[in-house]
Amino acid sequence: MTATAPAPAANQPFVPGAPPPAPLWLDLWRGVALDNPVLVQMLGLCPAMAVSNSLANGIAMGIATTFVLVGSSFSVSLARKYIANEVRLTSYILIIATFVTVADLILGASAPGISKELGPFVPLIVVNCIILGRAEAFAGKVEPARALADGIGMGAGFTLAMMAISAARELLGSGSLLGYNVLGPKFEPWVFMVMPPGGFLMLGILFLIMGWHGARKAERAKETQA
Amino acid sequence: MSNLAWIFLSTLLVNNFTLAMFLGLCSFFGVTSKIDTAWRLGAANTFVLLITAVSVWLLNTFVLARTPFLRTIAFIVVIASTVQIVEMIIKKYLPVLFRELGIYLPLITTNCAILGLALFQTSRGYTLVEGLVFALGAGLGLTLALTLMASIRERLEVADVPALARRMGLVLVIASCLSMAFMGFAGMGGG
Repeated sequence: MTATAPAPAANQPFVPGAPPPAPLWLDLWRGVALDNPVLVQMLGLCPAMAVSNSLANGIAMGIATTFVLVGSSFSVSLARKYIANEVRLTSYILIIATFVTVADLILGASAPGISKELGPFVPLIVVNCIILGRAEAFAGKVEPARALADGIGMGAGFTLAMMAISAARELLGSGSLLGYNVLGPKFEPWVFMVMPPGGFLMLGILFLIMGWHGARKAERAKETQA
Repeated sequence: MSNLAWIFLSTLLVNNFTLAMFLGLCSFFGVTSKIDTAWRLGAANTFVLLITAVSVWLLNTFVLARTPFLRTIAFIVVIASTVQIVEMIIKKYLPVLFRELGIYLPLITTNCAILGLALFQTSRGYTLVEGLVFALGAGLGLTLALTLMASIRERLEVADVPALARRMGLVLVIASCLSMAFMGFAGMGGG
């Protein structure tokens, strides 16, 4: 779920921690690092765990989601003046569902193996909170160029997080990366990591590391101030 | 009959929607701080799942057979309207429950468990009765997972937890343990 409750005035973009007229590169960078959708905003956790059991799946999911995110953010921004406020969520969902259908068909035609493995998680991109969240909180309020930059940034951020999680899980769970054996024949694979509990655990560890990193940073800032 | 029982048990325990298939995680992490809210949300979800199962069966049988490419769009529109109707009915006839559920009721639309159910029901080719049993198992499984998580987190409130684990980190590790426990059901019923 997104925290979209106190919507700012119509033309003012919702930019936490930055002044409203932000340059395009900031829109891009925010998604990649400062407001990473998975690691900071904790959105889109379902696919982040469900299809991160191998690096190939993670990358495919990241690219498919980025495609939908960029397409829907751009379209929502283009159509923002024509969408009545009362039906905006329904309209956003319809736009998103259209792009998801396109992505699903393209993936099925170009990479049938991966498409089969991802299964229902490709159509499930429709209900990925990141996409509707960005449409509601950002794309519906700014001009297309900024919405495009934001979509690319958020998509890249999601893809990077997916790659990190799935690479760690595949490396530990099967001792390989992208199907190539990396850790050698002597490595006993932790089958646990590619099974569902491993997904929860991997993301949990990632959040613990992020929390530890944040706490250390805050402590250092305090020291330099004192 | 045994087939139906198998579908029910397998969705309830072995392939639990939340703990084994990662569906509906937003509400699993978002609204599991109190047991009361958790099981009520589970009940509302079960209700929506059952209605969705019927609508999806109708759609698949009469509309989508000729236009499979409209599947995703048709499902999400049906789900959104179903949730809207359920919301109106509850508001009219059960105002107390409506107030208790609050924002969680409309948010069921974006719960991936609902769309997930629709997609799995389609890809497995369930009949109407099978679909209903599937939805019931999924809903009860969701309720079970939500309630378990909420009861653990209520205990956690009074526990002495290191500062850096106080947010999502620890909750995810707990979810991992729960998921591991549910994996004990794997292989039940010979499959």
